Amino acid sequence: MSRDKPASILPALLLLLSAGIYAFLFLHAEQQWEVAVLAILGVAAILSAGRLGISGQVERSWRCSPVLLGWLAMIVAAALIYLLREDHFSLLMVATLLLYAMVCLGLNVQFGYAGVVNFAGAAFFGIGGYTAAMLAGHTATPHLLILAIAGLLSGLIGSLLVLPLLRTRGHYAALITIAFAILFRTFLEVNDLLGGPQGLKVPGISLLGWNFNDNIEIDDETQFSFYLAYALFSLVLFALAFLLVRRLERSWLGLSLDAVRIDETAASVFGFNVARWKILAFSLGNVLAGVAGAVYAMMTGFVAPASFTIAESLIFVSIIILGGVGNPIGILPAAALVVILPEKLQFIQEYRYLLFSAFVILILLFKPGGLLPRPLRRYFAHWGKA
Amino acid sequence: MNVLLDCSGLTVRFGGLTALNGLDLSLKQGETLGLIGPNGSGKTTFFNALTGLYRLSAGRVRFDGREVTGAAPQALYDAGIARTFQRSRLCLALSVFDNLMIGNHRRLSLGMAFNLLQRRSFEQELRAHETRARALLASFNPGLPDRLYDPAGELGMIDRRRVEVCRALIGEPKLLLLDEPSAGMTHDETHELMEDILATRERQPGLSVILIEHEMGVIERVSHRCAVLNFGEKICEGPYASVVSDPRVQEAYLGAE
Repeated sequence: MSRDKPASILPALLLLLSAGIYAFLFLHAEQQWEVAVLAILGVAAILSAGRLGISGQVERSWRCSPVLLGWLAMIVAAALIYLLREDHFSLLMVATLLLYAMVCLGLNVQFGYAGVVNFAGAAFFGIGGYTAAMLAGHTATPHLLILAIAGLLSGLIGSLLVLPLLRTRGHYAALITIAFAILFRTFLEVNDLLGGPQGLKVPGISLLGWNFNDNIEIDDETQFSFYLAYALFSLVLFALAFLLVRRLERSWLGLSLDAVRIDETAASVFGFNVARWKILAFSLGNVLAGVAGAVYAMMTGFVAPASFTIAESLIFVSIIILGGVGNPIGILPAAALVVILPEKLQFIQEYRYLLFSAFVILILLFKPGGLLPRPLRRYFAHWGKA
Repeated sequence: MNVLLDCSGLTVRFGGLTALNGLDLSLKQGETLGLIGPNGSGKTTFFNALTGLYRLSAGRVRFDGREVTGAAPQALYDAGIARTFQRSRLCLALSVFDNLMIGNHRRLSLGMAFNLLQRRSFEQELRAHETRARALLASFNPGLPDRLYDPAGELGMIDRRRVEVCRALIGEPKLLLLDEPSAGMTHDETHELMEDILATRERQPGLSVILIEHEMGVIERVSHRCAVLNFGEKICEGPYASVVSDPRVQEAYLGAE
């Protein structure tokens, strides 16, 4: 521990402010060229901030008062969502971004920490969605409970894969998850109870008598989009998941996962139960994906096999590779790039997979750590090297 | 002194290859045994068998008064066997502290609630482990504690090796297995490392050590007793002087006339 020169909180505040303004401008941009310029500026800003040492400054500054800044970040995000209150489309994008980012937090625990690959992220996302469709459509289960069950079920079904995953490594383990993703989709398509290829309708979330799907009437003229509730709810879920993953990494649990990922042999010689840690990471990741999937399904009102394909799973994987494997912060800009950019920039919509593949290849070639590479573990903000 | 380790008839076969053939070896508490032999004679195989990485084809192992034949690596670590590897297996991307804590696994509280929710208690435990880690590193090199939160990959060769030995020692094992600690180091560095090992033994007189080494000077200074392997079999055992003058040993290294 060293406590030399106290860093200023200013750089972190500036980052929050500029990120908020940037996100607002980006979501409001209507001309295609505006979107393109903003996107290029954003990526350039992140890359050059790393080069110029600005990200290091912001990080040090953030560590001055992480709790306060964490709350401020929440407030900025909530304010942004509020500013977009009448814009259905932007709110839907923000909520989708946050839910996708939550799935990626789960994948990050699996792949980034424990080294367990998962090319079936969309399948676990889908398990959550279908659970919500069945429970909310046919039972009177309280909706918060449905989210919990969706997460648990996703984790439970994931445990079917644990045995084959523990017996394989690398490419072979990846193949198993790919096989599962294909099986899952086929299973949905032939299963009439689950709606077959047409899928199912899903009722919206209602919490404590408040139906999220009703627009919020302020007076006769003003009406807030019903997506406002979903966006805020997704924000809270994402923040909780982020906190969980962050604390996991900053504890002996994160250390154990790293030890298992980096060198299984050395880890077992030092008493680590490799299987136990892989199971923990894999299940936790799938639980997060399941919960996010349930919210997503209830927000969009519809689940179908076509939404949970291998291509979607690859989207999740490319988000964590772009953002920086093992760094939960990196997920946000990467998810914005992958989720929001194609929606705003219509001419790339059709080529988006091509574009993401190109991004991923470029990143792997020139910046293998991702846009925001994972820093060394720091058990507490005030702990370790300044 | 008590017998700490007692192996009888250890045999490890890989298909048709017998890497270790009926090895009998015992070690007392506080004793340092030098294990020598030409390349491929089965020394590292013996370590891998002792730490549970290789399955025994035959033979029995008793450790610390208990039967541990066929035990898993985790159980053997818990019983008190720790090792270093011939090719460094530090986690280079992790900090020095994290590497040490991997060796300290036995003492880490791994409960979910403790790690995720009780952050105050966690910080206390962290602080206690940090203090121990600093003290241990300082006993090897007074400059090392300052690099506690540097990536292990940024250290020089000898400091990496020291961290590796510290990682094995911090869990307070009863038996330390050192697999060619001087590999890849200069003459001076080897000398420094030897002093480190001697100093460690002085601090922990109860610690038993098995040392694989090609540098005969190290074996001569450090070990109480030597065993020589050749083609997976023990060909000779005894004090250094008698072992090196044994004609069987000379034949193993230099070939028969």
